[in-house]
Amino acid sequence: MDVNKNSYTFTFSAILVIVVGASLAFVAEGLKPLQKENVRLEKMQNILASVKIEATPEEASEKFAKYIVEQVMLDNEGKISTAEDITAFDIDVVKEFKTVDAEDRSYPLFVFEDNGTKKYIVPMAGKGLWGPIWGYVAFEGDMNTIYGSTFDHKTETPGLGAEINQPDFQDKFIGKTIFDGAEYVSVEVVKGGSDVEGKSHMVDGISGGTITSKGVGEMMKRTLNVYVPYFKGNQKAAL
Amino acid sequence: MSETAEATAVVKEPREPLFSSKNKRLLSDPMNDDNPITIQVLGICSALAITVQVKQAVVMSLSVLVVMIGANLIVSLLRNLIPSRVRIIVQLVIVAALVILVDQVLKAYMYEVSKQLSVFVGLIITNCIIMGRLEAFALNNKPWPSFLDAVGNAAGYGWILIAVAVVRELFGSGKLYGFQVIPDAFYDFGYFNNGLMILPPMALITVGIIIWIQRSKNTKLIEEN
Repeated sequence: MDVNKNSYTFTFSAILVIVVGASLAFVAEGLKPLQKENVRLEKMQNILASVKIEATPEEASEKFAKYIVEQVMLDNEGKISTAEDITAFDIDVVKEFKTVDAEDRSYPLFVFEDNGTKKYIVPMAGKGLWGPIWGYVAFEGDMNTIYGSTFDHKTETPGLGAEINQPDFQDKFIGKTIFDGAEYVSVEVVKGGSDVEGKSHMVDGISGGTITSKGVGEMMKRTLNVYVPYFKGNQKAAL
Repeated sequence: MSETAEATAVVKEPREPLFSSKNKRLLSDPMNDDNPITIQVLGICSALAITVQVKQAVVMSLSVLVVMIGANLIVSLLRNLIPSRVRIIVQLVIVAALVILVDQVLKAYMYEVSKQLSVFVGLIITNCIIMGRLEAFALNNKPWPSFLDAVGNAAGYGWILIAVAVVRELFGSGKLYGFQVIPDAFYDFGYFNNGLMILPPMALITVGIIIWIQRSKNTKLIEEN
């Protein structure tokens, strides 16, 4: 057989590509459920991490079911959305931020309860310097004071913007408040190295990672704004 | 008479033993005299990028081992069927398919590790060691020697990777395979982890030191000007 004939070369290439393509598609489809489950577990871990509950992937599902007692979904106006075909957990805020218009996005809220104290966890997504950033911010029962936060990013600069996923940065948000009296002001992330001592609506950004830091501030202000009516309603009800 | 003698001679021609000295050299040469990283200086990019922790280095080495064995075997089996004009593309398709398989399996069963290795698993496709061995060896040799060649070269790549990772993790974060090995008492006495070890340049320097040690022990590697 002459392996250097044109017709042979074409046939060989065609068969090779079909065989390789088919087997890859087969494997990818077969492993998809496992991969999706991994992503789900990681999301649970992140949500729990914002309220300082550490969970390994194995126990994430169990702990999530134990601590997260309620999942609420708000629309753009801050009203509780009644769409029943989708649960708050299944909403991918990063994807929605990229593809859905602001008015049509859904805003999930996770209610955490341990020994009778409630905490409210807000997922959010925004833009860093190079790509998407996202995070979870947990509020105390007063829906004003930040209890904990986690942030992560896709492609921020290592050592600079990428530091937003480090505890050093995330812990700076603890104890900050988003309401000044009755007015919503969010928490501003200011230029790295600023003096924020005693300022309850300001967080010191990362030196050299200004755009990513500002992105975090913008993401919080824009996202939390939607939750304001809901938070205020609940604060009144609590009084 | 002579005819029968010849016939028996052909029949009796001894089969090469599985581990003949030639085959053993296929395994041992890449570990030292012909090491892909320190002598041929191939696959350096991944050696620099994913040697911060031993665990990543181990998973990366195993991934390369799997891909290399698979690619070498497949190319060796198909060596008489592959049209020589498109052989590079054919090799690339085979390597790429195997790498994607490894990537998918890691994502399904070792999610944490796959996130840390991120793009570097995909970059195995462009790891020069693999294409180099396919082109230089598997295309002209039978499957068994090709298999040994793959194991030898992957092991030669792996041991350097792991050696560099041990140095960097030990001095950079005081741990090995994620477990703390430098006792807390040291830190109380003012010992500090060397932050520079975490950064890529230290991998280059560590590889350089390994090459230095290797050449001072193995004098036949020293080049004459």
